[in-house]
Amino acid sequence: MERGEKGLSRKAYYASKIKRAVHLLFYKRHSMPGARGWELRKAIGSDYPKIINLLDKYLERLDLTIKQVFEEEASPPEKPTPEQYDKARFYVALRSGFTSRDLKLIGWRIDDLAALCASIAYIISKGGKAQRKDLEDLLKNKIPGWRVDIDLNRFVRSGYLIEDENGQIYLGWRTRAEVDQKKLVDLLLKTEIESPAQKWGNHPGEYKF
Amino acid sequence: MIKSMGKKRSIVKKAREDLQRIIETCKSVEVKGLDPYLVDVEDLIRAIREYFPNWEKIEDLCLDTEALNHIASIVKMQGEWVKNRATALYRDPFLIEEKISGLPLEDIVEIFLESWRPIVEFEQLTINSFSEALRYWSELSPLSERWQRIGFTKTDLQTVTHEDVVKEGFLSSESFFEDLESLWRELKEAASVKGKVEYWDFIGSDTYEETVKRAYLTSFLITYGYAILEIHHLEEEIFILPNEKPSEKKGESISFPISINFEEWVKWREERKA
Repeated sequence: MERGEKGLSRKAYYASKIKRAVHLLFYKRHSMPGARGWELRKAIGSDYPKIINLLDKYLERLDLTIKQVFEEEASPPEKPTPEQYDKARFYVALRSGFTSRDLKLIGWRIDDLAALCASIAYIISKGGKAQRKDLEDLLKNKIPGWRVDIDLNRFVRSGYLIEDENGQIYLGWRTRAEVDQKKLVDLLLKTEIESPAQKWGNHPGEYKF
Repeated sequence: MIKSMGKKRSIVKKAREDLQRIIETCKSVEVKGLDPYLVDVEDLIRAIREYFPNWEKIEDLCLDTEALNHIASIVKMQGEWVKNRATALYRDPFLIEEKISGLPLEDIVEIFLESWRPIVEFEQLTINSFSEALRYWSELSPLSERWQRIGFTKTDLQTVTHEDVVKEGFLSSESFFEDLESLWRELKEAASVKGKVEYWDFIGSDTYEETVKRAYLTSFLITYGYAILEIHHLEEEIFILPNEKPSEKKGESISFPISINFEEWVKWREERKA
């Protein structure tokens, strides 16, 4: 009987900690979403990595995951130390991704999203930074100039890109948290560019230009 | 003699122009993010070394240092460039540009969607937050009162002497050291469990005036070595740790300003109530 009660109180303990973690991770309290490790430690105790793992398992059923972004983004630690955990940022993100049919649901126009993708890929290929002017020229090939300006400012505002006073553009915190950069570049290089004739031949009536 | 002096002057003039050119070249590579290997560092160093014996004026030596500094930045960029090429992420920029230009928008989006996992954020009003906000609203004084009250804080920052504080009636001259002693005792008691106490929890009091007085006395406790400040920049937390005996000053002392304004105090009081 006593053992059963102990088990129950343990369950209640973890349930309350998980609830607290959900509040911290889902609701934005600063300018950036998610929470730092030290914030989670302060709110749910030193065993927060364990609570986060439990919550992550639970969120799997909802197609969500908890993403950890460490400060050492170039080479994330395999076995993070408590200090590295404390400095890391934790976000709730989608586990499996969208299809193009879902785009309207998340409020993105197809050309805006393509511009974001092109910007990120271009900056990665330039070693992490590019001149705004060069990026604008690249985007103007496919979307009107006035829209390029609006798009770039929007990407900077939402944290996908960072712009410095010299007009250099870098990848922002949101790109690091949301985009699998290696996968993006690999997929881009793997995709064959079909000639208009090929397209016409393969899918009559579905020519996209 | 005059001829040789004129020749030297023209050499110095040319050398100055060359140094300016070196600086401009390096700057443009730095700012535009161009390939740093476009700069022949060895060649530039050789030129700087060659011109060095001509420098007599301090401005010329400064120019020489500036040129060397920019070359050092280029060398650093070259190191980063090699590191970037060695990473798994490196792909030929030309290939990427070609793909971006050649693929239709729909295909680019399809690719992006496969590597994009957007963050989930909620924005929602709960009954609790709503009632909290209502409570805050009902306790909030009208703007005319608040502006009047904080009007006096909108002056330039100034230092306060002990005499000023006595004159303003915050402290009486006789009791200053007694007050300091009693605050020290209080601090030791408050920190007896954890060895330290959070700054605002220690100085904060029921009235703003009392809070300012405690903050003022606490600054003397720290200056005289009765206590030390522990600052956690990352967590934005400040703790006070009492010393058993006033410690002797070791090393260079630094001043650390802490704002004790009215709004901060109101915020602390609200948090304490919650």
